Amino acid sequence: MNAAQVEVLLQTLIAGVLLGGLYALIGLGMTLIMGVMKIINLAHGELMMVGMYIAYWMFSLFGIDPYVSVFIAGPLLFFLGILIQKYLINTVLRVDSILPENQVILTVGVGMILASAATIAFKSDYRSTPVKYGTSAFYLSDLWKGSPIELSLSIPWSVSFLFALAITAGLWFFLQRTDTGKSIRATAQDLDAALLMGVNVQRMRVVTFGLGSALVGAAGCLFIPIYYLYPALGGQFTLIAFVITILGGLGSNVGAILGGLILGLFESLTATYVGMGWAPVGRFVIFIAALLFLPGGVASLLRRRAFGK
Amino acid sequence: MLEVKGIDVFYGDVQVLWDVSFNVQAGEVVAIIGANGAGKSTSLRTVSGIVRPVKGEVLFQGEPIHNRPAYELIERGLAHCPEARKLFVEMTVEENLDMGSLKGEARAQRAKTKQRVFDLFPRLSERRRQLSGTLSGGEQQMVAVGRALMSLPKLLMFDEPSLGLAPILVRDIFNVIKAIRQEGVTVLIVEQNVKQTLAIADRAYVLENGKVVMQGKGQDMLNDEHVKAAYLGV
Repeated sequence: MNAAQVEVLLQTLIAGVLLGGLYALIGLGMTLIMGVMKIINLAHGELMMVGMYIAYWMFSLFGIDPYVSVFIAGPLLFFLGILIQKYLINTVLRVDSILPENQVILTVGVGMILASAATIAFKSDYRSTPVKYGTSAFYLSDLWKGSPIELSLSIPWSVSFLFALAITAGLWFFLQRTDTGKSIRATAQDLDAALLMGVNVQRMRVVTFGLGSALVGAAGCLFIPIYYLYPALGGQFTLIAFVITILGGLGSNVGAILGGLILGLFESLTATYVGMGWAPVGRFVIFIAALLFLPGGVASLLRRRAFGK
Repeated sequence: MLEVKGIDVFYGDVQVLWDVSFNVQAGEVVAIIGANGAGKSTSLRTVSGIVRPVKGEVLFQGEPIHNRPAYELIERGLAHCPEARKLFVEMTVEENLDMGSLKGEARAQRAKTKQRVFDLFPRLSERRRQLSGTLSGGEQQMVAVGRALMSLPKLLMFDEPSLGLAPILVRDIFNVIKAIRQEGVTVLIVEQNVKQTLAIADRAYVLENGKVVMQGKGQDMLNDEHVKAAYLGV
């Protein structure tokens, strides 16, 4: 490998990790909901789209930086998630039906309504937030004059990645260290036992759906400086979140983080070495490979190590 | 302390409890014995609010609890150490114990009670950072008992605490139950291990096919011909 090839490879890996960090955040939201509710939230990408529109309008109307909007869109999406869970999903849960997947189908409907409402309200135009730092980057040669290779690190990508890292760390702290976080994990692991320990599992479901929505809403704000926005963008990200959730092993948070990173790296490698247009193909190749060869996801490997079986 | 009055319980269309009544006085150890499928666990699950009676009522310290949400009961002093342990297997031993003390006085006393649990089960102290799913059966049962004790219960219900344990561990568990009783906790225990259960019980009820067919003092039951023939195999 000559210097140019090393340069391309390293640059690709950097791009993959940065993308993977954001993917992890999207996957975490879906995984949390999956763990507690035992359902896949197929409106996940649409919730992200809502978060992106919030960031977009905050920027266009008030000049608020998308990274500040994380703290606006996050709480708003939290309440939107709570409303969806409390008044739609819980209502459907109470109805006995032949289809236990009713709630999943309900989330598809919620996603369609959100996407169509966005189309009506905001037209299907592509939009973006032209932030000043949009194209600026760090260069390796600025730091190290005699460097044999040149690498760049886009500033918005890096800031988004750091935000995703901080949010993930905050979530980890919440789940591991607080009683509410432990109650959420307990509800996911054994509902009856959680009930016996005095956990209001109904409320945990509501909080979890809110939290999952807030996470993906925040991810939307982190994506908008580096991506563009249109009403139908949700479906694509629902699929990405779904792939990460499967790759991570349903309901495992560490698995979702690793799954996000793997997917980001794989997509980035596919884009560089096969072709830009092939990135989604790479995404689904790894999805099918995971289903075939590692049906329990990354989590099953971790569990095998922890439980010795 | 606990009074169950004439409850009928159904799973779907199938009736599993028929007009079941029993009571537990403060300071007692009361046992419910019976064969598989007699409705023992269902009785406890009804007291805990996980299943609801169609008819009848459950009173705890004089107040009806069969219409209260299940998550309220532990705060009132009613703890349930469920069948098959039901640990949070992907949480550490210590986190499992924390889960037993989420609210009220139990939360305030968490550190103190945890030390007491570790004194009672030194083994758990050594393994406090280990995932509870990686423990042996006996150790898992200790976690389940410890988790229930963390709530500072007034009445502690055990569902088959000896299930799947080696005989020597069964003896340990029964010793622990005696120790718990000496601390002033009232105990309601459901068991298939009839002989050892009756030996520590003040009173016992026999359930057969979802109905209470006998009740009496633990010692009297041990000498009863029907109990001997049906449950002790002598």
